[in-house]
Amino acid sequence: MDYFAQQVINGLVLGSIYGLIAIGYTMVYGIVGMINFAHGDIFMIGGFIALISFLVLVSLGLTAIPVVLLIVLLVSMAITALYGWTVERIAYRPLRHSFRLAPMLSAIGMSFVLSNFSQVAQGARVKPVPPIITGGYTLMESNGFAVRLSNVQIIVVLTTVVLLAIFTWLVSRTRLGRDMRACEQDQTMAALLGVDVDRTISMTFVIGAALAAVAGMMYLLYYGLVDFFMGFVAGIKAFTAAVLGGIGSLPGAMLGGLAIGLIETLWSAYFSVEYKDVAAFSILIIVLIFLPTGLLGRPEVEKV
Amino acid sequence: MTTKPTPESRAPGVVFILKKALISAFVALVLFSLMIGIRTEAGPTGQLIYWTRFGELASLVAIVFGGSIVVELLRQWWGLADKVRVVPPAVQAGLSVAGRLVAPALLIFALLVPVIFYHQRYLLDLGILVLTYVMLGWGLNVVVGLAGLLDLGYVAFYAVGAYSFALLSTNFGLSFWICLPLAGILAACWGVMLGFPVLRLRGDYLAIVTLAFGEIIRLVIINWQSLTGGPNGVSGIPKPTLFGIPLTPGDDGLAARLGIPFSPTHRIVFLFYLILALALLTNWVTIRLRRLPIGRAWEALREDEVACRALGINTTTTKLTAFATGAMFGGFAGAFFATRQGFISPESFTFQESALVLAIVVLGGMGSQLGVALAALTMIGGFELFRGLEQYRMLVFGIAMVLLMIWRPRGLIGHRAPTIFLKQSQAISSDLVKEGHG
Amino acid sequence: MNGDILLSVDHLTMRFGGIVAVNDLSLAAKRREITALIGPNGAGKTTVFNCITGFYRPTSGTIRMPQDGGAEIKLERLNDFRIAKRAKVARTFQNIRLFPGMTALENLIVAQHNMLMRASGLTFLGLIGAPSWRSAEQRAIDLAKLWLDRIGLLDRADDAAGNLPYGDQRRLEIARAMCTEPVLLCLDEPAAGLNARESAGLNELLLSIRSDYGTSILLIEHDMSVVMEISDHVVVMDYGVKIAEGTPREVRDDPRVIAAYLGADEQEAIAVMESDA
Repeated sequence: MDYFAQQVINGLVLGSIYGLIAIGYTMVYGIVGMINFAHGDIFMIGGFIALISFLVLVSLGLTAIPVVLLIVLLVSMAITALYGWTVERIAYRPLRHSFRLAPMLSAIGMSFVLSNFSQVAQGARVKPVPPIITGGYTLMESNGFAVRLSNVQIIVVLTTVVLLAIFTWLVSRTRLGRDMRACEQDQTMAALLGVDVDRTISMTFVIGAALAAVAGMMYLLYYGLVDFFMGFVAGIKAFTAAVLGGIGSLPGAMLGGLAIGLIETLWSAYFSVEYKDVAAFSILIIVLIFLPTGLLGRPEVEKV
Repeated sequence: MTTKPTPESRAPGVVFILKKALISAFVALVLFSLMIGIRTEAGPTGQLIYWTRFGELASLVAIVFGGSIVVELLRQWWGLADKVRVVPPAVQAGLSVAGRLVAPALLIFALLVPVIFYHQRYLLDLGILVLTYVMLGWGLNVVVGLAGLLDLGYVAFYAVGAYSFALLSTNFGLSFWICLPLAGILAACWGVMLGFPVLRLRGDYLAIVTLAFGEIIRLVIINWQSLTGGPNGVSGIPKPTLFGIPLTPGDDGLAARLGIPFSPTHRIVFLFYLILALALLTNWVTIRLRRLPIGRAWEALREDEVACRALGINTTTTKLTAFATGAMFGGFAGAFFATRQGFISPESFTFQESALVLAIVVLGGMGSQLGVALAALTMIGGFELFRGLEQYRMLVFGIAMVLLMIWRPRGLIGHRAPTIFLKQSQAISSDLVKEGHG
Repeated sequence: MNGDILLSVDHLTMRFGGIVAVNDLSLAAKRREITALIGPNGAGKTTVFNCITGFYRPTSGTIRMPQDGGAEIKLERLNDFRIAKRAKVARTFQNIRLFPGMTALENLIVAQHNMLMRASGLTFLGLIGAPSWRSAEQRAIDLAKLWLDRIGLLDRADDAAGNLPYGDQRRLEIARAMCTEPVLLCLDEPAAGLNARESAGLNELLLSIRSDYGTSILLIEHDMSVVMEISDHVVVMDYGVKIAEGTPREVRDDPRVIAAYLGADEQEAIAVMESDA
C-alpha cells in the first residue's frame, strides 16, 4: 500500500510536468488547428536554458537557492518564449493559409532543427547536474518502506498550481484570453471585429512555450539532467495527455497530464520499465480510436 | 527581371530593411546568448563546467543581421512567385517534352551505372542507397501522394520487412527468393492490422498515430530481446543468390561457373540490379494501379472523401488497400536492406527515417513517380555530402524541410497527369490538386 | 409503376446536443416524380438530406425504401456509402464536391467505381489486362461520354474539373451522380448561383432525367422558378418541422408557407393576400 502511495505521488509530480507541456499543445491546436511537433523540443530547450542559467548564476557566486531558482525560472521562461515566438514567425505563419500538410512538415523540420541545434551548440553528451534541492518529508512508514514527499516534488507541484492559476486567470479574465477564445471559434470574424489575429496567435505560442520552459526547468530539478532527445518522447506523451483530456480543453490538458504521469509511473512500478513508453504511446492510439474527443472535449460533427 | 531601385524609392526601404535586420539580430542575440555563448560540458570530475564563446556568438548575430538584409533585398527584387492556375500551353509543351525525355534518360543511366562506375565501389554503394530510398519513396507515395493519407510511421513497415526477412532466413534457412515475398506479405498484413482501427482518423491525428505506431515497433524490437536480439540486432543474414547460385569465390560460385575471375564487386553489382528491379517493379505496379479503379479511387479519396462516400465507394477498404500496398513495398525494401547489410539493428528504424522518406515524397510533388525519384536522388545525394557531420546533417535537413514548405510546398513536379483521356492528356496544375486530409 | 412510394421518411428526428434540427418529419417521395423540399434557411433541409443519404445517423425515426418483392431497405441504419451502393441513392452537395484535380472524364469514371471494381476482378484481372476488363472499361468510358455530351461538356472532357466554370461544375456533379445509375437522385440546391438561362437548362436536364431514366428526384431548392416549373410534389419545412405539402400551386398559395418565408405571422400573410384579391 505504501509502495502504491509513493508511486501515486511520483506519478502526480511527473504528470504535472506533462500537463504543463500539454497545455501548449492544446492551446495551439485549438487556435490554429495544427499539432506543433516542435513543442516537445521547446520543452527541451527550456530545460537547457535553465541548466545553463543555473550554472552561470551559481558560478557567479549567488548561493541563495530561492533567489537563484526564481531568476532561472524567469530567464528560461523569457528566452524559451522567444524561441516559441521565433518558431511560429519563421515556420508557421507563412504557411497559415497553405495546404494542410505544409505546417506539419514544417513543424517536423523545426523539431529537427531545435534538437540538432542544441546538440551542435552544446555537444552531444548528456549534462548531469548535482541535486539542487534536497531533502523532503516522510509521510508514513510501515514495514520498513517510507513514503517520502521530497522538497523537489513539492516545488514542482506548487509551481504548477501557481502557474495554472495565473494562466487560467489570463485566459478567462484578460483581453488576450478573450481574443484567444474568439480566434479559436472563428478567425475571420474575430479579425473583422478588430482582434489582431497574428498577435493573438503569436501570444498563444509564446505562452505555450513559457509553460513548456517551466516544465523543462522542473524536469531538470527533478531528474537532474537534460538530453537532446527528451523533447521527442515527452512531446508525444504530452500530446497524448492533451488528447486524453480533450483537445482544446485547458483543464483537460492538465488532467490528461496527471493521468499519463500516473499511468506511466504505475506501469513502470508494477509491470515493466522497458515498455513504459510503449504503454504511453498505446494510450494515444486507444484514446484516439475509442474516445477521440477525450475526457473533457466537445464532440465534433462533420459538416457535409 | 530586376529593376534598379531609384534613390528615392530606396530610401524608406533602407530604413525598413535596417530596422528588420536589427530586430532579427536582437532576437538572435537573445536566442543564442545562452545556447551558443555558453558551452557546458561534463568536466573531468563529473562536475558540470562551462566556458564562454562570445566570439562565436557575435559572429552568429552578425550573420543573422547580414542575412536578414540579404533576404529582404531578395524579396523586394524578386517579388512573389507567380501562381498560374492553368499551366500555359507553351510551358506545358516544353515540360511534357522534357518530362518524356527525363524519365527514360534516367532509366538508361541507372542501368548503366554499374558499368560506368564499376571500379568505384563508393559510388556503387551510393547508387544502391539512392535506389533503396527511391523505392521507399515510391511505396510511401501510394499512401501519401495518391491516397492522401498522412503516414508518419512508414519506417515501421520497413522494419517489419527487414526483421521478417532476417528472422526467416536465419532461423529457417529459407532462400532469399522465398523470404522476400514473405517479408512483403507480412508487412502488408501489419499494414492492414494497423490501418484498420486508425484509418477513420483525420489529418493530423492519423499522422501522429502512425508516428506512435512507428515508435512502438522500434521500442518492441529493442526490448523483445529473445525474438529480435534487442539492441544487438540480427546478424549473419545470408547474402542473396542468383536463383541458388551464390556469389562467392568458391568453385560453386557464379564467377567460377561463368569462367571469370571472382571479384567482390560482383555482389555489389548484383545488389544494384536487384534493388533497381524491385524499384522498377514498384513503379510499374503503381502506374498500372493508377489506371485501374482502385488507383482512381485512391486519388479520388485524396481529392474529396465525402464525395467518394456519396458515390458508393467504401472509403475504409480503399484506405486499407492503399496502406497495405504501401506497406508491402516498404517491406520489400526492408528485406533488401537486411540482405544487403547482412546485419540489422533497431537504430536503422527511427522516426528520422520516416521523416526523410516523407520529405522525399513531398519534395517530389506528391503522386509524381518521376518527381519522387528525382527528390530521392537530390536528398540522399545531398546527405552524402554531409557524411561525417551527422548533427549538422540533420540540422540542415530540418532547415531544408522548413524552407521547402515555405517556398514550394507542392514539390518539384508542379502538375498531375490524368490517367485517362479522350483526346489529349493535359497536365493539371498542382494548385488544383488536393493534398488530402488523411 | 408511377405513383408508388419510393422513399418513405417517418417521424424523422435529428438532435445535435441540445439543438433539435429536425423534429418528427414525415414525407414520401414517389417513383418517377420530382419532389421538392423547400423552406427558409436553417429550416433543416440539408439535415434531412444528410439523414437520408447516410451522412448523419438520425436520432429517431425511419427512412425506408420499398423494393420489388416486398422487402425494404432501412436507410437509417446504413452507412453513407452503402446507401449509395445498395439503395442506389445518389446525391449532390450544396457546395459542389467534384474532384477538382481530376478531369471531367475522370470524375465520371470514378463514379462507376463499383461496377469497374467487379469487372476488374478486384484489380487482378485489370492488372493482367484481361479482355473482360477492357470491355468493361470501354463501357464505362462510353457512359461517361454519353453524359458529357448530354450536359454539353464533351469537348471539355479532358479539362480539370476545378477549372470549369461554375455552371458547368454543377451540371458535371449531376452527371457524375447519374453515372452511378441511381433510382433516387438527391440534389442539394442544384440551381444555386445559376442565372435564368442556366436554370432553364437545369430544368430541362432534370425533366429529361426523369423521363428518360425513370429516376426519381428529391431536391432542395430556393429558386422558385425551378421548384414551380418541374416539381410534382412540394414539402415545406421551417424550424425543423413540416409546415405544408402539396402540389406547387397549393403550396404557393398556402398562408403558412408565405408567413414562414416572410418571417411574418400567418394572420398577417392572409391579410396581405386578401388585400390583394
